[in-house]
Amino acid sequence: MQSTILKTATNYLLPLLLLFSVFILLRGHYESGGGFVGGLVASIAFVLHSFAYGLERTQKLLKYPPKSFIPVGLLLSFMSGVLPMFGGKAYMTGVWSSEPLPVIGLVGSALFFDIGVFIVVIGVTLTILFTISESIDQ
Amino acid sequence: MEYLLIFLIGLLYSSGIYLMLRKSMVKLLLGLILLGNGANILIFLMGDIAKGQPPIIPRDASIFTQMYADPVPQSLILTAIVISFGLQSFAIILLKRVYQMTKSDNLDTLNTHEIDI
Amino acid sequence: MTDNLLILPIFAHLLTAILLIFAWSHINLQRVISLFGHFMALVLSLHLFSKTWKAGILTMQAGGWKAPFGITFVSDTFSATFVVLTAIAGLAVGIFSTVSVTKARMQFGYFAISHFLMMGLNGAFLTGDIFNLYVWFEIVIISSFVLMTLAGKKPQMEGAIKYVAMNMLASTVFLTAIAILYGLTGTLNMADLSLKVAQIEKKELVSVTSLLFFVGFGIKSAVFPLYFWLPSSYHTPPSAIAATFGGLLTKMGVYAMMRTFTLVFVPDAFTQHVLIACAILTLFTGAMGALNKTSIRRMFSYLIICHIGFMIGGLGLHTHVALAAVVFYLIHDIIVKTNLFLATGIIHKIRGSTDIRRLGGLYEEYPKLSLLMAIIFFSMVGIPPLSGFWPKIGLFQSSLDQRSYILLAAFILASFFTLYIIAKMWSEVFWKDLPKRPEETNEFTELPFFKQTLLIVPVVGLALVSLYIGLGAENIMIISNRIATNMIDTGYYLDAVLNK
Repeated sequence: MQSTILKTATNYLLPLLLLFSVFILLRGHYESGGGFVGGLVASIAFVLHSFAYGLERTQKLLKYPPKSFIPVGLLLSFMSGVLPMFGGKAYMTGVWSSEPLPVIGLVGSALFFDIGVFIVVIGVTLTILFTISESIDQ
Repeated sequence: MEYLLIFLIGLLYSSGIYLMLRKSMVKLLLGLILLGNGANILIFLMGDIAKGQPPIIPRDASIFTQMYADPVPQSLILTAIVISFGLQSFAIILLKRVYQMTKSDNLDTLNTHEIDI
Repeated sequence: MTDNLLILPIFAHLLTAILLIFAWSHINLQRVISLFGHFMALVLSLHLFSKTWKAGILTMQAGGWKAPFGITFVSDTFSATFVVLTAIAGLAVGIFSTVSVTKARMQFGYFAISHFLMMGLNGAFLTGDIFNLYVWFEIVIISSFVLMTLAGKKPQMEGAIKYVAMNMLASTVFLTAIAILYGLTGTLNMADLSLKVAQIEKKELVSVTSLLFFVGFGIKSAVFPLYFWLPSSYHTPPSAIAATFGGLLTKMGVYAMMRTFTLVFVPDAFTQHVLIACAILTLFTGAMGALNKTSIRRMFSYLIICHIGFMIGGLGLHTHVALAAVVFYLIHDIIVKTNLFLATGIIHKIRGSTDIRRLGGLYEEYPKLSLLMAIIFFSMVGIPPLSGFWPKIGLFQSSLDQRSYILLAAFILASFFTLYIIAKMWSEVFWKDLPKRPEETNEFTELPFFKQTLLIVPVVGLALVSLYIGLGAENIMIISNRIATNMIDTGYYLDAVLNK
């Protein structure tokens, strides 16, 4: 399927959706949102791109295969949970910075956990969807 | 609202089990998905439904004074949905592979290696 | 008191799995990382066991949230014992699979997934929260689905459909049971549940919920009416994977059942009757099913079912002696069943088949190996003083005390059938002359000596462990008695978790 309308729209929608997914990710701590939903939105952006331009272009855009995102995200989430253990607290205890950062606000270990989830969800969802659509093409 | 949900749960469970008892592989999977959704709504119902009552204690109080929406069932459902998302996508790809190998959607044709059951 | 040591065995596997995904395409590196991970897990779990043994019970409140609200991880003697057993079996299977698993499977991430499976098992043993238990169960079954279908051909796929469908159904039933339990009590922490379930006035509702749990766990551990997925799927994957499944997965279901039916629900007379009836039928169907099988792996799959019956029966009797015997049986069974499938893997490597009609003459060709396997078989049958014998005494005795003579008869008959099946298998596979076959493939002797050693070492190691369980039975008895005491008097557990 090659549609000019979809291609042009995707050019604008891809950055917008990615930005929106980051917004959802950061919003997640006090309001609805978070790593999982953000990751889904981001992966939908890439799926849209693959609809418009085909799978190969999207894989080129991503540079790395989506599978390689999974361990990075897992490691990040894992480390954010382990971090408080070095301070003698229980696993997964929230550790917060004392000073708020500009724009983002107070940064805690929960944010890094969510970023990890975000990356894992992108990796897993894209791996699943690419696998399914590759096997359809065959 | 509760009664509606009860009927919905019953419908989902019964249709899920009915589909699972059919011979088709795809219907088996659909049945499992419906059953899972039924279980999720059951959790939701079990946590007592309170509309528009977020579980946040007001600043000037120390305990909840009125009914509130229980956040635990919602987090349970979220977890269950994420898990079933993974399971179902795995199952779909598995069904596809099996279909490519056997060229059949019929569960009865899956017994070629059951020589001595 | 929060003790982070509790979660380290889980982390050892998680970290190993992450590293293994990073090393996706380097198979030799994966082998080394995986072995190192298994070894670390064993060291950590032994440390955890010794610390738990001294302190009695350890708890960790994840995230620092106090007990009934947050997720609690609890290591009492029961959990710690199982973590150690999982680590021992995991290390053995890990060593075995470096040689026995095909390259194609390793390229699809066999090692990473098997570590996720181990992580899930450890998590399920250590958690003190019923929904968390569900999540660990799901991690285990998703990993097991992938392991079963990895690079699979037609038989694996056919087995996998049944396995996946039944296990997904079991999870849904388990989830439904959790939903109803949450509706009844408003809590998920097992210690808190124990207190709140006892206060519920509608006892019928509690019985029904407990039976829903029984159905969910029963499917996973292959108890009588819903066991048929096991024999039609466990013989399909490679031996190393089948060893993990046969040794650990069904036992996880039994573990969960023992936890819920001692801590959360105390079985009433009706539930006890249901458990005992299911146990009797499981014992019979398992033994009968194994009788006419010609493939040894299928035979052993049915024996797994048969021996689950011993554990469920003991749980149904619910006396101190019976529970101690069940724990002893579980300890013995994990080691022996894992070893059984590993030994089958070696037989398959030597002869290229697991069909008894095409096997024979192993004793003449490999006398030492046959002797080693004889230890495994005799342990399973329970020839005194080997490991299977001791728990059976406890089970016989307590079923006599409780006057459940049918259960006693079923226990004795199942033991005889096991003996008969193993004797038949022994005479066919080891003593009978090798039938004439056109093709002569012996993959085992083609392997270099180092690889042969890697195949045999885990079998020897597990055989030594099961010899220790048999000959050092008094030590295992001390452990299982202590576990049974804690099961009957749960106050200790509740105090530790809820900080009373």
